[in-house]
Amino acid sequence: MSEASGFIGRSEPRRDAKRLAEGRGRYTDDLDAASLGHVAFLRSPHAHARILSIDTEAAKLSPGVIAVITGDDLAAVCKPWQTRLVPFPVHSSPPQYPLARGEACWQGEAVIAVVAATRAQAEDALEAITIDWEELPAVPSLEAARADQAPTVNGAKSNIGLDYAFAAGEPEKAFAGAAAVVEHDFVFQRQTGVTLEARAIVAEFDPRVRQLTIHHSHQVPHQMRDVFAAQLGLPLSHVRVVTPDVGGAFGMKLTAYPDEMAVAAIAVLLRRPVKFTADRLESFVSDIHAREAKVRGRLALDADGRLLAMDVSMLSGMGAYTNYPRGSVGEGLQTVHMSAAAYRLPNYRGEVRGYFQNKPPTGVLRGVGQPIATTVTEQLLDLAARKLGVDPAELRRRNYADATKPDAKSIANTVLGELSLHRCHEKLMALMDYDGLRRQQAELRGIGIYRGVGLSVYIEQTAVGPGIYGPLQVRVSANETCRLSVEQDGSIRCETSITDQGQGTGTALTQIIAEELGVEPDAIAVISGDTATAPMGGGAWASRGTSLGGEAALRASRTLKQNILTIAASMLQAEASTLRLERGSIRNSAGLAQMSVADVAAAAFYRSQLVPLAELPPLEITESFVPRTVPYIAANGIHAAHVEVDVDLGTIRILDYWVVEDCGRVVNPLLVDEQIRGGVVQGIGSALYEQCIYSSEGQLENGSLMDYLVPMAGEMPDIRIAHVETPTPVTTLGARGVGEAGTVAAGAAIWTAVNDALSPLGAVVSSQPITPEHVLDSIDRARR
Amino acid sequence: MSELHDISFTLNGKPVSATVDARLNLADFLRHTLGLTGTHVGCEHGVCGACNVLIDGRSARSCLTLAVQADGAHVETIEGLTANRAIADLQHEFVARNALQCGYCTPGMLVTAAELLARGRPGRQEIREALSGNYCRCTGYQAIVDAVEAVAQARAGSKP
Repeated sequence: MSEASGFIGRSEPRRDAKRLAEGRGRYTDDLDAASLGHVAFLRSPHAHARILSIDTEAAKLSPGVIAVITGDDLAAVCKPWQTRLVPFPVHSSPPQYPLARGEACWQGEAVIAVVAATRAQAEDALEAITIDWEELPAVPSLEAARADQAPTVNGAKSNIGLDYAFAAGEPEKAFAGAAAVVEHDFVFQRQTGVTLEARAIVAEFDPRVRQLTIHHSHQVPHQMRDVFAAQLGLPLSHVRVVTPDVGGAFGMKLTAYPDEMAVAAIAVLLRRPVKFTADRLESFVSDIHAREAKVRGRLALDADGRLLAMDVSMLSGMGAYTNYPRGSVGEGLQTVHMSAAAYRLPNYRGEVRGYFQNKPPTGVLRGVGQPIATTVTEQLLDLAARKLGVDPAELRRRNYADATKPDAKSIANTVLGELSLHRCHEKLMALMDYDGLRRQQAELRGIGIYRGVGLSVYIEQTAVGPGIYGPLQVRVSANETCRLSVEQDGSIRCETSITDQGQGTGTALTQIIAEELGVEPDAIAVISGDTATAPMGGGAWASRGTSLGGEAALRASRTLKQNILTIAASMLQAEASTLRLERGSIRNSAGLAQMSVADVAAAAFYRSQLVPLAELPPLEITESFVPRTVPYIAANGIHAAHVEVDVDLGTIRILDYWVVEDCGRVVNPLLVDEQIRGGVVQGIGSALYEQCIYSSEGQLENGSLMDYLVPMAGEMPDIRIAHVETPTPVTTLGARGVGEAGTVAAGAAIWTAVNDALSPLGAVVSSQPITPEHVLDSIDRARR
Repeated sequence: MSELHDISFTLNGKPVSATVDARLNLADFLRHTLGLTGTHVGCEHGVCGACNVLIDGRSARSCLTLAVQADGAHVETIEGLTANRAIADLQHEFVARNALQCGYCTPGMLVTAAELLARGRPGRQEIREALSGNYCRCTGYQAIVDAVEAVAQARAGSKP
């Protein structure tokens, strides 16, 4: 560790927070431009239909209309795209265009764009467009998509989009000889991201120099620059992507959306700036969806409650097209490989089959598959504990993986490294007074009050390196880079490839630089989210910002400090090793201030003839970091939920919630706790409220915020959090990621708690969201 | 489609007069006509609370309020509440406790909390209930409740 000035580990409030709390945010829809055109889309009202003819003549004459644009118009300036994941050739859908051509494959697919002087005028003109549709058979459900002779979703030969299996050991033999086997069917309903700021994009094209500038509510500006340049046939240097303040993302804003590609193409076609902001109704039918799955899980144990084998069989919903460019396989693959990851298990088999459906494409949503894997694993463990008459906490304690060495792996090849499963467990038991709760639970059952205690142990894949998208041959960068400079006034400028949608990663970088470089936090400016200034790198995905972007900043800080001290030493006629840099001041071995960083900057930039060095070391350092020895850095922890179920009404009240988590070295506890709490509430939303309800014709029946339930303040519990810190040896910084941990585990804790509450009735819920109706149905089924 | 009306009202303490389309809602008028982009739009059907402003001291959905309905009223937005420092203590607590991440819900959340705090000293559950018309996807709400509770206590403590 460097001389500890103590900035790392402090609960520093975020710098941007004041500006945002004063209403001075600058989100994409807040931006304006001269002669800005506003785009509105006509979206397919059908889940699957052929476009026989389009009549836009009346719309073109509607007041304020600048242009009415079809898929054929945009095909002239924008190439189609297809997701290709090299190891999964079956994950292939037909070429996609910004606007549907020939047929529309989901309700909500953009078909025609109107550009007008105002959004209202653009929407007025949409009503004047006539499309002659021929409805085609729609296959919205997993059952319909996988049926024999099922109509095809998108014109491809079949509806299968993923067929993958993994096995280790001899699972069937282990099941045959087991003392106890439990099995359960799980349904995970489709949900969506519901960021409060909807998707938004402003595209400006300067035809004189063929320069495209995009302001985009997005997580990964460098990825999008690459995509826009490729699709629009522009040199990379002619495309700039800026992500201003972003009002929530959670993986939903990682996709190259067709309608956003349309906006960029329209700017090029019309040679004028255009803006599109999704309204809430179109968000529900055009944002990526996630989670839709059916899983059968089986678990075998010996008489002492040791795990012998697990079997997971999953059907995964993919929607109408593969998500671009990252694909739609993550939910399935992560479920297969993360099941039972926290436990010692000698035999395992997992398989997933993914199907195209006439619904919006599925993609990345916080946690990606890991919430499903955790729910299936934890619920099976509880069923096993009940069958064997072992306390659920004790059953977990007996089975934790031996994750004490850097090369520790789970049976399904999830790299665990050095974890703290037992320490987190024991800390949680004390924090929640587990034994006291169990006693209270037993007493209350005697008077007809059904409370449940649910545990959820998780592993989260964080700090993901090139080992995921590299072998898929998808152009997603896992590098994170920091360009750290001394400005001429001695202040420090950090340009980083990571992006911040409110997580506070920029503040974390400030803390790391302040400590490692030896300057005041106020002297540091962090700049990100603009491909014109940000070095190339990943952006924000897979819980990587502080762990990887922070490591790059740490390394850049150390090198820059050496260079500053080398220049100072030459001017002071001292040995660099006798000097240190503290809070912007260069001190000698006696601790006396000799000069400031500003003095060094002034000498280097304006009077370098006075610096007695043959070579002037640079005051701008660029360092990249990407984990290449491990595919990702695992983090771990354990959640507990305490719930009360009203067995007459089916309602569930969360009484208490606890988290013990280990994300390695904690850079900012305030921000880590915020990531956990926000993630937990999203997990609770999945478990109790959120679902996209589709009719058998593929119509979304609850596509508004009035009908799609999200967690609100009144129903959410206070969440108590404690930390265990096991720094990762993969980086110097030692921080693991934490962005998704809350969501990975929370759903499972609610599942196990609700089923624990219902256990005296013999009822087990099997579908999320766990609605009151589903609770009552489960109780009725048990009574029959 | 156009039916124009003249309106005059007080916005953040200053008079505003304009001729507006009958169908223009107050949120769009504030954001796109007047350039006051601190008021956000999240759902445009009155559920999420991101667009909350104070109209005659009561929190109201500016997405469900037509601009013409503001005629004659006193409207306060986040910009005005910031400038007159009416909620400076609340904003300070929001920042100190990190009661916001992306910040998109925050102006509406602050408006709702400002109205609640003006009515008395709410307890924790009352705060949760009062904020239940404001959707936040990032924080999990706890830090927001903490911040409002802290201000409620501080304001009560400073009163004689």
